[in-house]
Amino acid sequence: MKTKQREKWRRELPLYLMLLPPVLIMVVYAYGPMVGNVIAFQKFLPGKGLFGSEWIGLTNFTYIFGMPNIVSVIRNTVFIAFMKMIAGIIVPVTVALLLNEVVHSSFKRTVQTIIYLPYFLSWVILSGILITILSPSEGIVNQFLGYLGIRPVFFLGDEKIFPFTTVITDVWKNFGFGTIVYLSALTSIDPNLYEAAVIDGAGRWQQTWHITLPGISTTIILLTVLSTGNILNAGFEQIFNLYSPMVYSTGDIIDTLVYRMGIDNYQYGPATAVGMMKSLVALLFIAASNKAAEKAAGYRVF
Amino acid sequence: MNIIRTRGHKVFLVFNYILLFLMAALCIFPILHVLALSMSTSAAASSGKVVIFPVDFNLNSYRYVIENNAFVRAFGISVLRVALGVPINMLMTILAAYPLSRSKSQFRAKGIFTWFFIITILYGGGLIPWYMIIRETGLLNSIWALVIPGAVPVFNVILLINFFRGIPGELEEAAYMDGAGHGRILWSIFLPLSIPTLATVTLFSLLGHWNAWFDGLILMNDTSKYPLQSYMQTIVISRDPTTLTVRDLELLKIINERTTKSAQLFIAMIPIICIYPFLQRYFTTGLVLGGIKG
Repeated sequence: MKTKQREKWRRELPLYLMLLPPVLIMVVYAYGPMVGNVIAFQKFLPGKGLFGSEWIGLTNFTYIFGMPNIVSVIRNTVFIAFMKMIAGIIVPVTVALLLNEVVHSSFKRTVQTIIYLPYFLSWVILSGILITILSPSEGIVNQFLGYLGIRPVFFLGDEKIFPFTTVITDVWKNFGFGTIVYLSALTSIDPNLYEAAVIDGAGRWQQTWHITLPGISTTIILLTVLSTGNILNAGFEQIFNLYSPMVYSTGDIIDTLVYRMGIDNYQYGPATAVGMMKSLVALLFIAASNKAAEKAAGYRVF
Repeated sequence: MNIIRTRGHKVFLVFNYILLFLMAALCIFPILHVLALSMSTSAAASSGKVVIFPVDFNLNSYRYVIENNAFVRAFGISVLRVALGVPINMLMTILAAYPLSRSKSQFRAKGIFTWFFIITILYGGGLIPWYMIIRETGLLNSIWALVIPGAVPVFNVILLINFFRGIPGELEEAAYMDGAGHGRILWSIFLPLSIPTLATVTLFSLLGHWNAWFDGLILMNDTSKYPLQSYMQTIVISRDPTTLTVRDLELLKIINERTTKSAQLFIAMIPIICIYPFLQRYFTTGLVLGGIKG
């Protein structure tokens, strides 16, 4: 018995050795920052280190909620994130359904290839392109609007328009990816179902409504669940590259605020406190939506 | 699928083709426009004559960019980052995925370690603590700051675990009977069988390293150590004068021309465009394999 136990350990030892390097890295660079959240409760000075700084209880938290712009920042974040989430379901599902109706496979392939490209470019590059084409004075988009008799639109400088610019350009970058995912879900639907439906006299709309959409509902639910954790992620990489003080009132989001507080203004404690609350809310949302998805569709993501 | 062509359906098909064509055009047009700008004269570019074909074709802006040491150096740093980062990502992914793909009876601690990795996706430490840890571990201002903290891409690990799980157990048992250990089984059975998945994961990692800009921006002290995307962020997008050197400022006059800007944007896109056929092929396969199930 004892030798068997020892034999088992001997067999397992190499597995532990393999795990050692990745686990070490995660302990330091993933779990380390979690422990580093203690900064939220400190008057943190980098020179004194994580546990040498003065503990000040919840002062940082009261400070945050006293900031005049905190409400608008949270509102902007949720508004932009929510709009992106909705558009990020509707557009790819629609495009996938439309592509699925295309008979010429070469046309279908070409469209797929083209709409997928922006997904692979970074927000730095895409922002560079957007700034170029959306410029009110020289940009081609406003030139085109000019031909139609429309006055220049400040897509990136007008606080009323900026949130919608972020949503639309986010869709531009990501809908190709979503479309491909939904298309591959569409191909897994049993063709016999359609034949049966046709025999029963179902029209195209009824087929879409009763066969196609239910057929991809698991994928829709899965992707939605994964995205609810992002309810407070309005897209830092995008907004950081596109926004300016002119649009802070509607475009400043939690992550950009944390960046300016923490990196530009050295307010480490308050910035960490904001980040920590954001992570906790995200965790809550993931847990809740995971439960909801399990109840609704019997599908567990985690 | 049954195709019944009613009049209504024909009308729908025509609109469908037009709509999809417009969608594709919207995606590709901005890129072609920037490419056209980069090959036109500054005068033509700022007078709005350029649409998708260059006006007064010339490659001067490309010459400026290539003669600009800062741009070339940043490009080189990005290449170095990819050359260091991708192999390290791959090694870590394989080392983590193999043990976690074993059955519970083979590896009793599997559950704990799986959660150990999953938790890091569910809860992030946040920007400031992350920065402080990297600072504390002495990586600031070194190329390793861009490679080590993100060395274990958890999503890729999950993807590879799912693939490893699908490899028939008989192969492994046969090897075990012949006296092969885990290292041997991993090296001579699992890895050769997983080449398509490994290719997918390599591409993910390559793309991630090439496109990353934020870490470079805050972990490096001066622009001369920036990888390309961070450099682009500073020079092309934010134009924050405090981070620029005198030489940078001199160059800025030329660099900020619409044509030169466009040339830089396009050059930064080239590597992605080169691997695009592979990206397209393997990305979807990867997603199907991954299933994102923990």
